[in-house]
Amino acid sequence: MLHLDEKPILEVKDVSKLYAENKGCQQVSFELYAGEVLGIVGESGSGKSTLLKLLSGQLASDNGEVLYIDREANLHSLFEMPISDQRKLLRTEWGVVHQHPSDGLRMNISAGGNIGERLMAIGERHYGDIREESIEWMASVELAADRVDDKPSQFSGGMQQRLQIAKNLVTKPRLVFMDEPTGGLDVSVQAKFLDLLRRLVIELKVAVIFVTHDLGVARLLADRLLVMRHSQVVEQGLTDQILDDPQHAYTQLLVSSIVR
Amino acid sequence: MEMISAKNVSKTFVLHNQNGVELPVLHRAALSVNAGECVILHGHSGSGKSTFLRSLYGNYKIDSGAICIRYGEQDNERIDLVKATPRQIVQLRQQTLGYVSQFLSVIPRVSAIDVVMEPLLSKGVSYEECYQKAAHLLTRLNVPEHLWQLAPATFSGGEQQRVNIARGFIMDYPILLLDEPTASLDKTNSEVVIDLIQQAKNKGAAIVGIFHDSYAREAVADRLHTMNSKEV
Repeated sequence: MLHLDEKPILEVKDVSKLYAENKGCQQVSFELYAGEVLGIVGESGSGKSTLLKLLSGQLASDNGEVLYIDREANLHSLFEMPISDQRKLLRTEWGVVHQHPSDGLRMNISAGGNIGERLMAIGERHYGDIREESIEWMASVELAADRVDDKPSQFSGGMQQRLQIAKNLVTKPRLVFMDEPTGGLDVSVQAKFLDLLRRLVIELKVAVIFVTHDLGVARLLADRLLVMRHSQVVEQGLTDQILDDPQHAYTQLLVSSIVR
Repeated sequence: MEMISAKNVSKTFVLHNQNGVELPVLHRAALSVNAGECVILHGHSGSGKSTFLRSLYGNYKIDSGAICIRYGEQDNERIDLVKATPRQIVQLRQQTLGYVSQFLSVIPRVSAIDVVMEPLLSKGVSYEECYQKAAHLLTRLNVPEHLWQLAPATFSGGEQQRVNIARGFIMDYPILLLDEPTASLDKTNSEVVIDLIQQAKNKGAAIVGIFHDSYAREAVADRLHTMNSKEV
């Protein structure tokens, strides 16, 4: 049975933010469904990170509209809601995984504290429960339980990135934004991290919008791709179709540049 | 019951970065496949067999024409891949359209048995049942048990291909697209694949395949669909 009448959870209409001519992003429109994984690809300076920041409320837009339908089917207009409501959305239904763990973690409080903080932000108060749940989440991102009281600064890059994932997923968000999630990791750690991410996304059915310049990562994680160049989306569609049969000259160049 | 109906399918590859060279591959290709039928795309190298098969999976984007896929028994439960959204194609592939190529796209670190189980698991079937079915298929395809928990990246070409075949046959897809599934297999394993195809056919699957190996081709084919370059 196909769900032909399914409604998207996120509707992005004509969103723009320009710093200079063709710098930033302009006229971006797309829809995202529950559990769908969308990759934004393109080279440095194409506007992919700007777009992600706009969509996740980290940056104000020049124009356009982002509509989000929450779990209770309430409609939110991201650019029109009070900052306090945006923050609430980011604590509850959304998550943000930053490229640099230091932007997403508090480096001087314990790993358990980093995870527990998000639970406390949604009203969890029982210390024992919070600690127990933090430990459970550490296990599901393959961090040893006995590191729960260590600070992230004592972790390797790969461990920090996994801790960021745990911190975001603990409140069971419906939509997670990730900027170059594998960007700072060594190649040997990347594969492990990608596999974990892929498994969690399938298990939890969380929708993800992520930015990457690595088409291999895009193929592994994304259902669908947006290809950006000079602030515009030049092509979008099914991941394997974009990578195996690219239509736009720029996408063809991007795909043919991969070293196999 | 007609499961696949492709009409007037044309496809030209335009290589923008190589002086805009145009490679016409499909010109008004048409194909109709019924449930329980196995059709072989036949023709010399370059006649567009693979392009056509990939188009039926939504992997290649056609320039014109229509590819209607049936996903349910009701008369209106058909969708044209040309008009389908990526979301719908993903769903179609989870439920209706299976594709087995000769190459396994390996996911780092994921064990062979998990690779095989994944399509069935993501449908919500219990782990136990998925494991049993995967183990049964791997055994049938002579993949030794000591390899099941290892990631297939280090397997031989033939072993990887058999893992891929097991993954393709773990679901009873109503439509199966096969791109040379017996390409590098020995006779024993080819026979197993032929059996699996016969079984799928008996369960009512509509099958479209490319087989260079004439033995396997003759064993499974109900009819040959001959393709000529640029004209089908």
